[in-house]
Amino acid sequence: MGALGFMSYFLVSFSRGGAELLFAGVRNHQVTLPSQSQPWTMKQLLVWIRANLLKERPELFLQGDTVRPGILVLINDADWELMGELSYLLQDQDNVVFISTLHGG
Amino acid sequence: MCEIDENYGDILEKSTIPCVSQMCMKCKSNSAALIIRAGDAFCRGCFKEYFVHKFRAMLGKNRLIFPGEKVLLAVSGGPASSSMLAQVQQGLSQDTPKKLRFVPGIVYIDEGGATGQSMEERQMAIAQLKSIFQATGFPIHIVHLEQVFSLPGSVLEAASPTPTGTDGSYKGAVDQYIRKGSTGGAGPSEEPTQPRGHPVLDVQQHLAQLSTMEVPSSQHSQEMPSSQQSQALEMLFSSVRTLTAREDLLMTLRHHLIVHTARTQSYAKVMMGDSCSRLAVKLLGNIALGRGASLATDTGFSDPRHGDIMLVRPMRDYTSKEIAFYNRMFGVASVFIPSLDTKVSEKASIQHLTESFVTRLQTDFPSTVSTIYRTSEKLQTACGPQDRDAGLTARCLLCMCPLDTTSDKSSAFHATLVSEKLSQKLPSEAAPPKQGCLSSTGRQGKDCGALTDGCCSSDRTGRVPELGSLLCYSCRLTIKDTAAVDSLPPYILTEATRRMQRSQMREEIAEFLLEEDDG
Repeated sequence: MGALGFMSYFLVSFSRGGAELLFAGVRNHQVTLPSQSQPWTMKQLLVWIRANLLKERPELFLQGDTVRPGILVLINDADWELMGELSYLLQDQDNVVFISTLHGG
Repeated sequence: MCEIDENYGDILEKSTIPCVSQMCMKCKSNSAALIIRAGDAFCRGCFKEYFVHKFRAMLGKNRLIFPGEKVLLAVSGGPASSSMLAQVQQGLSQDTPKKLRFVPGIVYIDEGGATGQSMEERQMAIAQLKSIFQATGFPIHIVHLEQVFSLPGSVLEAASPTPTGTDGSYKGAVDQYIRKGSTGGAGPSEEPTQPRGHPVLDVQQHLAQLSTMEVPSSQHSQEMPSSQQSQALEMLFSSVRTLTAREDLLMTLRHHLIVHTARTQSYAKVMMGDSCSRLAVKLLGNIALGRGASLATDTGFSDPRHGDIMLVRPMRDYTSKEIAFYNRMFGVASVFIPSLDTKVSEKASIQHLTESFVTRLQTDFPSTVSTIYRTSEKLQTACGPQDRDAGLTARCLLCMCPLDTTSDKSSAFHATLVSEKLSQKLPSEAAPPKQGCLSSTGRQGKDCGALTDGCCSSDRTGRVPELGSLLCYSCRLTIKDTAAVDSLPPYILTEATRRMQRSQMREEIAEFLLEEDDG
């Protein structure tokens, strides 16, 4: 996994819950992260998202190191709490979904 | 101990982070897909069973929905109400003896006029929702918020409730329904199969249709509201000064529209999609808003305040996380519609602040929401001693809850009134018109919405009634934040005038009335 020149493709998407408003309404993002010696962690992915995808109001999506309370994260359709949350190591072709639970009922 | 900036991180133990290979705690054979509550890991199959079972159990435990009854589902397009719709659809289509037995319809309230959306956006949202609703095959009612301007005043009357059966009659009703069904006879919508008649409901429905104001035929409201109505709505909402009051007013109008739709289309019950997380936020928020007296009705399973129409909340046991996961995993479609508090700052309104407070607390202490929920289950409404004296409990004009402001002189509420009166400057000496604003003793001119001194200004041709004495405490605060009370929908104003005239008349003939003896 630590090979140089290794590019990872991820699919980052936002379910129809309002979070996509902060990303200019685009719900699905095919993301290619620049290669690095260590595998990408979720924490680094969040930093990358903030820098590259987030269009406005970062405080509505991120809080400190992690996502804002009320935003669920699914990695390959499983709860990220089962994967180790921020310390999960991303793998090629992973599908990360952010769902905002703060709206709707 | 409980300081604002205290960091509990060192003191609390970090619970062990579960690993990927954790097994489902129920079937122990499949790998877990999500964690609910404080640490229960479920696989997909078990989670689905758990979710579906909870819905049936909630309906079955409360025994309020009788077989064959018409129930209106209030769907906002958000995840919880869409999930409720999916559960109802699934429950009705099964052939097991445990299948749900009522007759549903769907109502959607288009609030785009109040939240500042353009006509195109609203039409697009409605089209998306319609495609979801039509797949269910239930009757659809799309109501625009602008239709509040053509509601009849009877919406604000709490009709006497239809007689509810006891457990015995519920079981009898179910047995009778099953027997009827097995003989291949009556379908669910026939009148004779209903275990009890709806005489009051029928009368109410007829009364609503006979009202002199135009009743919106919501089934055919395909056309968007007129620009005149949209402007009136915009004027009403822009005259409200705080976001808190705006949200409160929007919710009140929404409820009135739903109740009116239920009455005119002869639905006996309405299902709302409030989830556990939502209700926990609502509970704390309502206390902050001054609605403490009506907590039980606002957050309980059943809400009887409208009399003949009962509101039930079958989703109140589901956290928003469970709903979001279920919708994602099993393909329940929902539509995101921006509301008043989309993308506002954290402290913009009391409701919004409470939501972020509870959500944040929940991440550190995962039992927050369930504790609040369990507390809300224990709340009951107490009848005050003064309720027995009045023939009918006086109800708030807007929220239909029993008035909590008829308290004695030593209460905290009276103290706030006194201090408010003292801190206001003296009203001018201009005499208020005789047949206009009725100022009861101690009321301030502020409540009638006119910001100038004195009661309603005499150059206005229409009479703006003083609403303060007809409202509960928190509705008073909402109206106080509304600058232009005369832009309220006419049904509220006429009903207010009627009630005040009635109470004035009652005062005049009070000495001639025979008093009821307390039995």
